[in-house]
Amino acid sequence: MLLPPFQHHRPSELAAAHELMARFGDEAAAYAGGTEILLAMKARVLRYAHLIDLKYIISLDGIRQDGGVIVIGALTSHFRLATDPLIKRLVPAYAALSDGIANIRVRVAGTLGGNLCFAEPHADPPALLAALGASVTLRSAETTRTVPVAAFIEGEFTTVRRDDELLTEIRIPIPGAGERFCYRSFGHLERPAVGIAAGCTAHDGSFRYRAWAGAIAGRPIRLDTLEAALNGVPPAELMDVLPKASVEAAATLPAQDDLHGSADYKQHLAAVFMRRAVAEAAGVPIEERADA
Amino acid sequence: MPESDLIELSFRLNGKVVSVAIAANELLIDVLRNRLDLKGTKRSCDVEVCGACTVLADGLPVSSCTTLALDVEGKSVLTIEGVASGGELSRVQQAFVDHGALQCGFCTPGMVLATTALFELNPAPSEADIRHFLRGNICRCTGYIKILEAVRSLA
Repeated sequence: MLLPPFQHHRPSELAAAHELMARFGDEAAAYAGGTEILLAMKARVLRYAHLIDLKYIISLDGIRQDGGVIVIGALTSHFRLATDPLIKRLVPAYAALSDGIANIRVRVAGTLGGNLCFAEPHADPPALLAALGASVTLRSAETTRTVPVAAFIEGEFTTVRRDDELLTEIRIPIPGAGERFCYRSFGHLERPAVGIAAGCTAHDGSFRYRAWAGAIAGRPIRLDTLEAALNGVPPAELMDVLPKASVEAAATLPAQDDLHGSADYKQHLAAVFMRRAVAEAAGVPIEERADA
Repeated sequence: MPESDLIELSFRLNGKVVSVAIAANELLIDVLRNRLDLKGTKRSCDVEVCGACTVLADGLPVSSCTTLALDVEGKSVLTIEGVASGGELSRVQQAFVDHGALQCGFCTPGMVLATTALFELNPAPSEADIRHFLRGNICRCTGYIKILEAVRSLA
């Protein structure tokens, strides 16, 4: 399918991108990997007279460590995140998530910043980034602010990013020695029907858990009843509590029937992945029955 | 579209530098097929799912159906027409022939390019590596078994 005509702009500085955004307003969109926006423009779901290509702003690319935080430039591709030695060493669960996104071509072209800003609910990154306590940096010409990923996405295709702001980086606190994370998702299409992110923190012999559900609603949902049921339970006793708590937590999720599956199918998937993701984060090997 | 709106695009295509005047909204697949007359790249799903339009940009697979042509400025692009050299099939192409890893052939250019990229990145892929990397290339004829046999023979 052909794209409608548009003008293409290629700023090499963030200030120039801000100036173009101010000049063209609603007529313009920021453009990077194109894996979402070009599909929407081909389908005539979105129309823009101007695309502001951010890929030549080199300060928006790359991965670095800043003290206890990994700073990921908004232009960093999923492929780079899946294969980067720093990410694989410090946040292996996030590298594994990136390696499972869509297919190799989408991972090569698609950027993490674009993925978050587009806010397609059936996406893998938000749930695990929320569980990790990650945040995004939003910069306008005059202001800079930091917003937790969990608060950045408001709902389907909607974020708190203002029209004059660009997402410049994603900041992930490096998990401590006693912290482990895991993400599990499944979908029969390229995108996940359900994704569950879990974390387990061991501290002085006590155990705390974090769990988020992605793709099931317009934004990641914190599974606080699951966390409450699990907190304090040592890994050796986890399987006494986790299966029942997972089913109960999944039953409360606002799943809806759609192309990705029926609501009860998604709640079933959510319970299975809560069990698997939490168990793996806690280092507990579990044997799954084929019908479980 | 007035001539002034055309953009001069330069990139390396199958080893040779090419320059072509394009509009901003032209997709890479259309520039390859229509302006440069390389018909080996196939359009099928048009939404980055099937892999038929796969070409390599700087060695990595991209969906040419959903890549702006202007995004390959300065890059090195490999299409199926550039895979053989000096009249000799590449080892990936020869393996597909030897194992009968194609029927209608529509997915084959994308399969060959994705496989070529796989071995550039990972010369000794496991069975799981192969299946994971080729997951996004769909074949509606072979049932994949012969494709996997061909790829495995190179590992």
